[in-house]
Amino acid sequence: MRNLVLGLSLTVLFVLGAVISFLWTPYDHTSLEIANKLKPPSLAHWFGTDHLGRDILSMIMVGARTSIAVAIVAVGIGITLGVPLGLLAAAKSGSWLDEVIMRSNDLIFAFPSLLIAIMITAVFGPSAVNAIIAIGIFNIPVFARVTRGAALSLWTRDYVLAARVAGKGGFRISVEHILPNVMNLLIVQGTIQFSLGILAEAALSYVGLGAQPPTPSWGRMLADSQTLFMLAPHITLFPGFAILLTVLGLNLAGDGLRDLIDPKLRRGAR
Amino acid sequence: MLRYTLTRTGSLLISLIVASLVIFFTLEVVPGDPASFMLGINAQPETIAALREELGLNQSPWARYLSWITDLVQGDLGTSYTYRSPVSEIVAERLVISLPLAAYALALTILIAFPVGIWAATRRGSFADISVMGGTQLGIAIPNFWFAMLMVLVFAINLRWFSAGGFPGWDEGFWVSIKALTLPAISLALPQASILARVMRSSLLDTLDEDYIRTARAKGLTKGQALRGHALRNALIPVLTIIGLQFSFLLAGAIIIENVFFLPGLGRLVFQAISQRDLIVVESVVMLLVFAVIMVNFLVDLAYSWVDPRLRGRR
Amino acid sequence: MNLLQIKDLDLDIHGTPILKGVSLEIGEGEIHGVIGESGSGKSMTALSVMQLLPEGSACRGEIHLDGMSVLEASEPDLCRMRGDAVGMVFQEPMTALNPLQTIGAQVAETIRIHEDVSQAEAMARAGEVLRRCELPPEDFPLRRYPHELSGGQRQRVVIAIAIALRPKLLIADEPTTALDVTTQAEILQLIQQLVREDGMSVMFITHDLAVVTGLADRISIMRHGEVVEQGDGASLHRSMTHPYTKALFAASSHQPERAGQRAETPLLKVDALVRSYPAARRSLFGKGERFRAVDGVSFEIKKGESVGLVGESGCGKSTLTRAILGLEAAQEGSIHLDGAQVLAGGQASAEVRRKMQVVFQDPYGSFNPRHKVARLVAEPFHLLGRKATEAEIDEALTSVGLTSGDKFKYIHEFSGGQRQRIAIARALIIKPELIILDEAVSALDVSIRAQILDLLADLSDTFGLTYLFISHDLSVVRAITDRVLVMKQGKIVEQGPSEALFSNPQHPYTQTLIEAVPVLPDADISQVETT
Repeated sequence: MRNLVLGLSLTVLFVLGAVISFLWTPYDHTSLEIANKLKPPSLAHWFGTDHLGRDILSMIMVGARTSIAVAIVAVGIGITLGVPLGLLAAAKSGSWLDEVIMRSNDLIFAFPSLLIAIMITAVFGPSAVNAIIAIGIFNIPVFARVTRGAALSLWTRDYVLAARVAGKGGFRISVEHILPNVMNLLIVQGTIQFSLGILAEAALSYVGLGAQPPTPSWGRMLADSQTLFMLAPHITLFPGFAILLTVLGLNLAGDGLRDLIDPKLRRGAR
Repeated sequence: MLRYTLTRTGSLLISLIVASLVIFFTLEVVPGDPASFMLGINAQPETIAALREELGLNQSPWARYLSWITDLVQGDLGTSYTYRSPVSEIVAERLVISLPLAAYALALTILIAFPVGIWAATRRGSFADISVMGGTQLGIAIPNFWFAMLMVLVFAINLRWFSAGGFPGWDEGFWVSIKALTLPAISLALPQASILARVMRSSLLDTLDEDYIRTARAKGLTKGQALRGHALRNALIPVLTIIGLQFSFLLAGAIIIENVFFLPGLGRLVFQAISQRDLIVVESVVMLLVFAVIMVNFLVDLAYSWVDPRLRGRR
Repeated sequence: MNLLQIKDLDLDIHGTPILKGVSLEIGEGEIHGVIGESGSGKSMTALSVMQLLPEGSACRGEIHLDGMSVLEASEPDLCRMRGDAVGMVFQEPMTALNPLQTIGAQVAETIRIHEDVSQAEAMARAGEVLRRCELPPEDFPLRRYPHELSGGQRQRVVIAIAIALRPKLLIADEPTTALDVTTQAEILQLIQQLVREDGMSVMFITHDLAVVTGLADRISIMRHGEVVEQGDGASLHRSMTHPYTKALFAASSHQPERAGQRAETPLLKVDALVRSYPAARRSLFGKGERFRAVDGVSFEIKKGESVGLVGESGCGKSTLTRAILGLEAAQEGSIHLDGAQVLAGGQASAEVRRKMQVVFQDPYGSFNPRHKVARLVAEPFHLLGRKATEAEIDEALTSVGLTSGDKFKYIHEFSGGQRQRIAIARALIIKPELIILDEAVSALDVSIRAQILDLLADLSDTFGLTYLFISHDLSVVRAITDRVLVMKQGKIVEQGPSEALFSNPQHPYTQTLIEAVPVLPDADISQVETT
């Protein structure tokens, strides 16, 4: 319960930061003040300024948008494609269709997001959309597997048999009986994938495969700080802590939700 | 046992073929004309035609795929347009850094995660357990490349225990090279070790609840004996799955971490190749990494049957 | 001098009282039956003796085993005691053995922990112990893994682990509950034989009065964590005084009253039905063989009749049920319900389906936990293509003894017995002709079971229902059916009127089956108040 509160507070903090950034930031995150570069944290610039004199707090607030947007869309791709595939595979378990779906899933697992991003970028050039697609594709088998695994055990329940006796077909049973009962698991998995998405987006932007200038991004801020962090550690510390705390918050919230929803999974694997 | 191995090998081959198809078609068919893509819009038509000839682009995609894959099996990855030398040689030079780095990180991951996970499981609910699990939450949330920068700051710049980056080359001596890979390996391993420790702990706790542990205790085994003799090997089964998955994360992570430490590995190679639009190199590196991931998961599958006798009789 | 003496034992788990002042003695060579329904505390009594209680348990009182005060003993002393002085056998043989170790190693381990012997010697002795448990190493090599054995064979391994060092006390916690009747009879016989040879004392825990009355020297009846009555195994059924004991005896041999009102028209007609599955292939390139789960089954059920289908696990009764319900196609033969073919063209029509409903065994898995009772009960209306009216839901609920207010609740708010009533309401609501009861009372405690059987008999009389009653429990089938079919290896080996078949079985398999059923002595239950 403590975890859930702490996790949700951290998450809300960063979502709020992102939302507020649309209306107000301490400074314009694009305005350069070379004279003011690499200033340590002060009352004027809480988190200091970067190598071009931009306000780091403002950049972090705006960067949160990118992180959250990329992660949410990537989780959305995973859920909208993965969950139906998982339900279908479970409903047709043992058939060739199940086999094809699961084998394709295994195959996608052999392509970590980074490799997908490398391939897409090599062909289409770098952009934040690539990062979304790369992370999203990797999310599909994750949700498909979780859904199928849970759905398979639900299909053996007597209430599903009772529904079949009542003449209901595979689609209807999947929607009425299976989906509501895997929902909890999907919410938990969703928060986990959301946090992994934020990590992955940061990594991709860091190596230049994600968000491109002028779109601000935490990963790129770290990449920019790469050669200067010995001189001014704060330009590395603040974006890093932003990532760390967001991901930590989401993970704690996910664990807390799991505990809340299903006491049996209280110490479940992660 | 033999049948299990055979069917696993069969699906290994199918995975490799499908993966190679995906990679080939994404990188050589989707861009339309790879030659003009690689040379850019300002290239002369004659140069493009020459490169098309060199790459054999006048054949059908299927014929190109077949010749690519037959060359691949024989270890011929083609010639890099930008480096003007065989890709297999370029890749081999880089592989001797990236692969040892991933393996080193995997070893560290296991060496940290197993004792921590077991230790926490045996002290379930205690202060020690809760603080260790809290620590792993932090470990999971840390971006590994940022952690690497912090380590450079602390251990290379302030304490001067390690150099901040670069790689001397294996010719300069084994231990010198290992030392150069140590900070990168630790920064790769820490997040993965945190995940694995949690999996180890929860898997062990699940097995400790099993009926056969009660049977073992009823024989007169102490808690520790039951844990070592009966719970540990059973708990290993889900842990193996995670290790297989983690290897792919470590390989991908290695590519990123190389950037922090200026290691001349596959990561630097592939990012240069992307900016130079050298599709042949990108294709080779991706294929190689996918091959490694699939192979490791194949080995994990074989390890299952070594751990679990129930699989040996089965398909 | 008693071997085991439990005196005023209280047990709390996380502050909740589980056992209250339990006292119990077991003399040397005595078999002591401990009987109770679920939640009576019988297993916790056994685990208290072993001191293998769940975390958060606190015991008070005295437990003396062969001169040792168990509650005061140190953990190392307890480890020396477990497996050496006391052996324990558990209910679930499928999970009680480590799946990754050979059976030989698991038996030998008991020996190696307590005695300083070499691995080779321990293995040799393990072989001898397994032989005593009728798993001779010639037929069952020590290298076998648990998954290569059947449930009964695994239970023999568990027993071998427990008796390897010839303990003074054997604690058997529902050792035959998960087994088929014939296997149960064999295991009971084995335990009796081992007791005779070694002069062991036994604490035999069970929910089944019949199992223990033929076996135990003394019996303790437990309820809500207390021992309510103790007596001689041979005479308790005559000498019992506590009302709960009497109620238990009454419920165990309960015979619901039924008014037969059979018509002569057949309702269900199964003709030469065959359902086969591809069997596990023996070699990589071998031809796939087929396993005939249902192998040429024919029978009829008349309107208003109650027919039992009995057989042990794996006999094909589940496959047959699924075929009748139209959930699975058969390869050969036909099934007709009220003249119409079930599964015409690979699909059972709603017309046929609305005439039959089913009640399953597990009261906990039969309902979607996310829906309210009104929606759960109304599910079969899908077959009629319309929604159920409030009145129809109320009627279904009240007819099974629930109130119409219950429809607003979720399933987790009900007990096992109540859930089974809801399952029956769901089956009744569209007024089908045939209700298939698939082990519908097997998971219930005896007293609840008696109530549900009464309800089923009432409903059949009121609505003129036809029942196909599938069960492994022969005494229940005998009590509630007019006719019985006995199934073995996919075939109906014998069928006939219940009374005649049970009193005079013809087929050797039926004879074995009926012989294996433990019988309860005719109890003097005349003075039992109706509950």
